[in-house]
Amino acid sequence: MSAIICKDLCKTFRQGEEVITGLDNVSLSIDAGEFVCLSGPSGSGKTTLLNAMGGLDTPDSGEITVGSQRLDQLGKGELADIRLNSIGFVFQAYNLIPVLSARENVEFIMQVQGVPAAQRGQLAEQVLADVGLQGMETRLPAELSGGQQQRVAVARAIASKPRLVLADEPTANLDTHSAAQLMDLFVALNEDKGVTFVISTHDTRVMGYARRLVRLQDGRLISDEAQQPHGMAQA
Amino acid sequence: MGGVSRIVAVLAWRNLWRNYRRTLIMLLAIGIGVWAMIFMSALMRGMTDQMVHNGLAVLPGEVQIHHPRYRSDPSVVNSMPSPTGELLAALEKPPVSAWAARVRVPAVIASERDSRGVTLLGVDPAAERALGSLPDEILQGRFLTDAADRGVVLGASLARKLDTELGKRVVIMSQDPDNNVADRGSRVVGIYRARLASNEEQFVYAGREVLQQMLTIGTAVSEVAVSANDYRQVDSWAPAIEDAAGDNLEVLTWMELDTFLSSMLSMQDGFTLILMVVIFVALSFGLVNTLAMAVFERVREIGLMQALGMRPSLILYQLLLESLYLLVLGLILGNGLAWLTIKPLESGIDISGVAQGMEMMGMGTTLYPALAYQDMLMSTAVVIVLGLLASLLPAWRAARLDPVRALNKT
Ligand SMILES: Nc1ncnc2c1ncn2[C@@H]1O[C@H](COP(=O)(O)OP(=O)(O)OP(=O)(O)O)[C@@H](O)[C@H]1O
Ligand SMILES: [Mg+2]
Repeated sequence: MSAIICKDLCKTFRQGEEVITGLDNVSLSIDAGEFVCLSGPSGSGKTTLLNAMGGLDTPDSGEITVGSQRLDQLGKGELADIRLNSIGFVFQAYNLIPVLSARENVEFIMQVQGVPAAQRGQLAEQVLADVGLQGMETRLPAELSGGQQQRVAVARAIASKPRLVLADEPTANLDTHSAAQLMDLFVALNEDKGVTFVISTHDTRVMGYARRLVRLQDGRLISDEAQQPHGMAQA
Repeated sequence: MGGVSRIVAVLAWRNLWRNYRRTLIMLLAIGIGVWAMIFMSALMRGMTDQMVHNGLAVLPGEVQIHHPRYRSDPSVVNSMPSPTGELLAALEKPPVSAWAARVRVPAVIASERDSRGVTLLGVDPAAERALGSLPDEILQGRFLTDAADRGVVLGASLARKLDTELGKRVVIMSQDPDNNVADRGSRVVGIYRARLASNEEQFVYAGREVLQQMLTIGTAVSEVAVSANDYRQVDSWAPAIEDAAGDNLEVLTWMELDTFLSSMLSMQDGFTLILMVVIFVALSFGLVNTLAMAVFERVREIGLMQALGMRPSLILYQLLLESLYLLVLGLILGNGLAWLTIKPLESGIDISGVAQGMEMMGMGTTLYPALAYQDMLMSTAVVIVLGLLASLLPAWRAARLDPVRALNKT
């Protein structure tokens, strides 16, 4: 079953007089349970594509289907509901709400989703333990390292029980050790729970974890290959 | 919805204290604004209360009963019989707290030196005392002892003008129902002082029975004044008196008798509201600015919340709630300050230094601020309604942020 189908996606941005190409006829299909890396130089359209897949931004033309829903045909409110209930996001930075503790950040989405309190608390404890943050539940984001913050974001993404996790350069601000830890976590989640992952990066260490590597350039898809994941070792 | 409203409430509350210095300043500003609203309206209410009070002291009573033609021609011809039967029964039961029947006629008073036109009041001292319509203060001598007292009591400034004094004789003259001059000599048994000098010169008190005899009107009186102790409530009980009085008498409330006073009173709430709105509009610039700053500083996390699937309406709700917390805290502060500052002043503020000319408006030289719950309620309503309206703009703009752009803001 396909988790994501993109068909002839086009997106341009206007900056004054200039028209900038974000996506240029991108077609791509990702199956449920895949672990995909989007790579390419800066400005190649990785973020634009991820935003389209996550219902954060609508393409100018083309079709995009996530699960059974055509995102390009939905309104803002419906897109918000899809983001809330079906997609987990991990951004490059500013992932957490500063006034909420690690645990509250994880619970936040569940509260908006309407998960009952008892279940919520237990699940939050558990996912924080899964990402290796037991004992840090009550810390505020400012009291956590960059890697720990990213792991809280991952914990939050998993806690919402998404079918799909979209991560935009999740390791960009992390040292090698933290980056490896985070990627191992992603792989484990993908293998154990069957969550589909799409991760954008221009970090070759990260690409080593992917079973499928998609390259973009100037908004165009230039290659799409399956590969044997090898982790960081052979990067 | 329990989980959502809880998290939104937590976010709103914690965000409020994120920049606690700014919040405290804004809180102080709202508190002082609310204090000013209540304090100013307490002063205004004190003034109108006093105007009405002084006005009623002259009238007096909240309801008056007359012969239908008395008000256009206040002569003895238009007297009314002393209350009996059904009317008497109505006057003797609650909510009526006091009533007095008096003779009230235009007259001339003459001393050995001078004469003046005055209003002669033939009263029953006990009934007038219950009504609270006796002169404010007896400076010399005494007030009348009963309705048959043969002396007269003059205002201090009238005594001065007549060049007479306690113990001297004066002559009072009026007309009897047959247009003959009725007069009698009386001794000045008391000199009184009124809060308004003009009253001192106008009203001369004599025993009711003595005047009835002099005017040869039997037991007839000019008017019956009725009080139930709360002039604002008069409309609730006046109709019962009117029914009991029958068709041959005119029953009027003070609002009908003194249209100036009643229009003052009815305009007061309007004035208070305008005053509060003006104060709040000045405040709201600060409020909008504070909220706009808060939104500006938090663009990224607002974008994040939206990206994670929080609907714009929840963002709007969260910011309005934050504003509501601020407003409610400001209101508590302002009401507390108002209570603390007004309560000690309710015994009166001496404004004699600045009050020259206030007397014309029916006010004395002491101001009694009146803390009224309705003013506190009105200020609360103004602050919350206008405050939320003013917050709507920045909150709306936050809710409309595009999550992608907001997240990328550097
Ligand atoms: N909001 C925007 N306004 C104008 N141009 C934009 C906007 N967002 C993206 N672009 C442009 O679209 C193109 C694709 O941008 P995108 O952010 O998708 O690249 P990227 O592959 O994610 O780059 P990076 O690796 O630097 O994150 C770039 O040329 C970028 O400048
Ligand atoms: Mg990018």
